[in-house]
Amino acid sequence: MDKHDTPARPQASDARPVLEGPDIARVLTRIAHEIVERAKGADDVVLLGIPTRGVFLAQRLAAKLEQITDRKIPVGSLDITMYRDDLRMHPPRALARTEIPGDGIDGRLVVLVDDVLFSGRTIRAALDALNDIGRPRAVQLAVLVDRGHRELPIRADYVGKNLPTSLRETVKVQLAEEDGRDTVLLGVKAGQ
Amino acid sequence: MLRHLISAADLTRDDAVLILDTAEEMARVADRPIKKLPTLRGRTIVNLFFEDSTRTRISFEAAEKRLSADVINFSAKGSSVSKGESLKDTAQTLEAMGVDAVVIRHGASGAPYRLANSGWIDAAVVNAGDGTHQHPTQALLDAFTMRRRLIGRDAGLGQDLSGKRITIVGDVLHSRVARSNVDLLHTLGAEVTLVAPPTLVPVGVDSWPCAISYDLDSALPKCDAVMMLRVQRERMNAAFFPTEREYSRRYGLDGDRMAKLPEHAIVMHPGPMVRGMEITAEVADSDRCTAVEQVANGVSIRMAVLYLLLGGNEPALTHARTNEEK
Repeated sequence: MDKHDTPARPQASDARPVLEGPDIARVLTRIAHEIVERAKGADDVVLLGIPTRGVFLAQRLAAKLEQITDRKIPVGSLDITMYRDDLRMHPPRALARTEIPGDGIDGRLVVLVDDVLFSGRTIRAALDALNDIGRPRAVQLAVLVDRGHRELPIRADYVGKNLPTSLRETVKVQLAEEDGRDTVLLGVKAGQ
Repeated sequence: MLRHLISAADLTRDDAVLILDTAEEMARVADRPIKKLPTLRGRTIVNLFFEDSTRTRISFEAAEKRLSADVINFSAKGSSVSKGESLKDTAQTLEAMGVDAVVIRHGASGAPYRLANSGWIDAAVVNAGDGTHQHPTQALLDAFTMRRRLIGRDAGLGQDLSGKRITIVGDVLHSRVARSNVDLLHTLGAEVTLVAPPTLVPVGVDSWPCAISYDLDSALPKCDAVMMLRVQRERMNAAFFPTEREYSRRYGLDGDRMAKLPEHAIVMHPGPMVRGMEITAEVADSDRCTAVEQVANGVSIRMAVLYLLLGGNEPALTHARTNEEK
């Protein structure tokens, strides 16, 4: 018989799943309930996902919010590439789609959705981008994983999982829409 | 690494598609209340125009301003050039002022290439039209217009123009637009046919990646887009055709000819149009004519090119000029 239980390639075995598909679904359900609770019914909520994976999370959250509130929840995407503070440190990146729901964001409660909260620089860029699009009543932040190591005074309002990490570690979120499966992997940086 | 945009032939298929995709996102900025991105904040771009231009200069200026660059406009009239200053001295003056990019239009073919490769300046050079040589951003905006109209805004993302049949009609001899379009459309997989009187076809055209025809009526029924070129009287120092009337009869696009096009086909014109010469008012004002759309698309394309050349620490475009494509 062949050995079916040979260990996977070293790279894959280095990365250990910390959230699996059902965990992610549960976490999103909880965040949806928290949003409804804090926004007192979520009447004026607009969800904006940050590409790539934040957009899928925003769409999933919107579906859950619609189940809870029985109302259509506007959902869109906000590309922050042009607002990054490290633009000058890399070659230009390909742009992703910014799609603001038809009624706009003026006077609404915008909930930004991203997969991992790390330095906070992405969210700073997102706040700048929002500024050019309209004036929300308030802006909140929902993330699937908060891995710490903030470099700016930014915090999330809704956190799927707090994941204490060291800077040598990597956190990789995989979602079915993009990667074929739902999982959050904790690994070690290559070459460390 | 492609630091400059001198010729449409320098672009690989992937570069060109990246520019078109980026322009599609840039176009959405035009729909916002605040039509501005902070991306090129603190970068200085000089528009160095030795030749008259309205459309291209304004389009570049709008693109630069939407990306928050600092813009300096320079036209040869009223500058030291009219006192006899050479391109080299002008370039070194600009270099001393610390510019990051130079957008140059020049009457002499090859001037942007000279500026980019002479070691006079460090800045990125973008060709905004040189003599009868190249006008790469025009070709890009034409390809962008074709992709949007023939494939679709969202459906077109990541796509090239494979299998599309494009006919370019008119003064090919003096047209940098035609040259740039032949190069770029070939790279993008389209089939190009040039239609012109024999006197307005350049020597050596048989080495270009396109077909040549002298008969407009036979070319029309089998094309997806027809691009009408202006007869460039200002560059003509000889008689290339007997009369304007005869040219217009044989190579002008009127309503009857437009009816021979397939139903989905579009009529393009890089402007400025000479109504009654290469195109009748009826065609120019029809909704199949994309001339105005091309101008709007020009701003998006130029934003994309400037972002990809200047937005990071090094350009995002690769360099792939091969001898066969020259």
